[in-house]
Amino acid sequence: MSKPLPPLKEFWYFFRQNRGAVIGLWVIGLFLLIAIFAPFLAPYTESQMFPDALKLPPVWSGGTADFIAGTDDVGRDLLSRLIYGARISLGIGFMVVLFSMSIGASIGLIAGYAGGFIDGAIMRGVDILMALPSILLAIVVVSILGPNLFNAIVAVSIVAIPGFVRLVRASVRSEKSKQYVIASKSYGASHFRVLVKNILPNCMAPLIVQGALGFSDGILNAAALGFLGLGAQPPTAEWGTMLADARPFIESSPWLVTLPGLCILIVVLGFNLLGDGLRDAFDPRLKK
Amino acid sequence: MAKYLLKRFSVLIPTFVGVSIIAFGLIRLVPGDPVLVLLGERGADPVVYAKMQKNLGLDQPILVQYFKFVGQALQGDLGISTVSKSSVLSEFFNRFPATLELGLAGLLWAILLGVPFGIIAAVKRNSAFDYVVMGGALIGYSMPIFWWGLILIIYFSVGLGWTPVSGRIDVMFDIPPMTGFLLIDSLFSEDGFAAFWSALKHLILPAICLGTIPLAVIARMTRSSMLEVLGEDYIRTAKAKGLTRFEVVAVHALRNALIPVVTVIGLMLGTIVTGAILTETIFSWPGIGKWLVNSVTSRDYPVIQGGIMIIAAMIVMINMGVDVVYAIVDPKIRGKS
Repeated sequence: MSKPLPPLKEFWYFFRQNRGAVIGLWVIGLFLLIAIFAPFLAPYTESQMFPDALKLPPVWSGGTADFIAGTDDVGRDLLSRLIYGARISLGIGFMVVLFSMSIGASIGLIAGYAGGFIDGAIMRGVDILMALPSILLAIVVVSILGPNLFNAIVAVSIVAIPGFVRLVRASVRSEKSKQYVIASKSYGASHFRVLVKNILPNCMAPLIVQGALGFSDGILNAAALGFLGLGAQPPTAEWGTMLADARPFIESSPWLVTLPGLCILIVVLGFNLLGDGLRDAFDPRLKK
Repeated sequence: MAKYLLKRFSVLIPTFVGVSIIAFGLIRLVPGDPVLVLLGERGADPVVYAKMQKNLGLDQPILVQYFKFVGQALQGDLGISTVSKSSVLSEFFNRFPATLELGLAGLLWAILLGVPFGIIAAVKRNSAFDYVVMGGALIGYSMPIFWWGLILIIYFSVGLGWTPVSGRIDVMFDIPPMTGFLLIDSLFSEDGFAAFWSALKHLILPAICLGTIPLAVIARMTRSSMLEVLGEDYIRTAKAKGLTRFEVVAVHALRNALIPVVTVIGLMLGTIVTGAILTETIFSWPGIGKWLVNSVTSRDYPVIQGGIMIIAAMIVMINMGVDVVYAIVDPKIRGKS
């Protein structure tokens, strides 16, 4: 028997063995770099129009090197818009996870720790939110607040909250009767301290997994709202909105449809791979 | 058993109350005066204003409004669409068969492909086939289906010209509605098979688009559940008895492996509804998804309210149906709660 690895190293050891997860991490890292350095990478800005170059095809199907991925119907460089779109989509994912995780985890902590009536009331509320399919619920929120990018983020975050509540509540319920919690209480720790300092760190693993998957759901749902005309509005370079804009030109300029969707697919796939890999690395039952 | 059913049913009531509050609150949460929002700047005419306010039920105290709303909803009166001026319930049922036909077709293709793929992937674990199916399932699972539908159109409708781009059937066919399923109704129409063929061609791409995510989920679920069952002792016994591999898999393993798959299919209704909203928008499919999206764009609040109520009710009922069937099949669940 060799000495056990420290927790972080052990985690990294299992994570690295999952080829998909490592690919996912690379994909996300790449898009993150693109998003951060967008102004340096993009040949033009996302809104600069070239009236002489309308619907120019990409360079690999007869276009020019000036516009590698072609141009759209008002002569904007598609590559630049895709690069700036990475900012928007990753930003959406980050905001959605931030909102839904902080709100959902707090509610879940309270529900699981308090139990009884408070728990029952919260969980009924969660059941109600879960009775509506995600896009439908997001549509409801957008129909109240009006369609724009920020409201789409709010809508998609609300849709994601119930998942976090259920997850954290379940972990809290299994943790709160354990001895370390009882010990902490017997030392006179306040409820807040027990919750945040003792219980919460032990709920982190499933929370991180759900966070990674929340990124992919958030990006996908926000893009879907953009596509339906209920999210980011043109001329924002959001990938879903760009798809909706390109629909009338699907026959004449298919690259305007193909490329933004491909970006969505690759980023979402990256986060799903990462989430699956994290789950496997955290779950001791799967470690063999 | 009766106790379990009673408990399960009693949870339904608060859920329905909650959904009705969401639907009811919808129009009242709109910032500003909803009547003015609906009428626009020009609609300040007091007579029109009062009429609209009455139509939306906004002229009474809020509690009275709510109970009236629920009372009418229970009697099947979900209000009048502000756009088409016809009853929301009848509009819903006019469009529902189109969505149901699409949803069933999508699910059918997902099951017919997903279950065999999952089984073969599990039996031939770590083979090239397994890797391809699991890789494909992961991509399918991450698929933005609003893009996937457009890609299908680019290749199969525009490129190859195999299928039409939008709608349910060619406009030249006039199908008298019977079941609302065009695949069935068309066969009884005077154009018979030609109409059926047209309806089928219109259905294929939307069904593939809608079925993609369920297909990925079903294939993954079937594979992992099959792998689990194949590791059980009774499977070893069956092999030891000298049964062929096919018999072991098809007769002994399959039945147990499919139980979780059936649950997943039962709980996939939300995915189907979400998918239908997007798929119908892409293919101009005249179902409830497109109807709801249009109603949001045109701010037709009675339609949004009614649509939410009906869809939530259906999903809650079906989820409960799945639970109850499980309680009947599996006594452990009954005892647990």
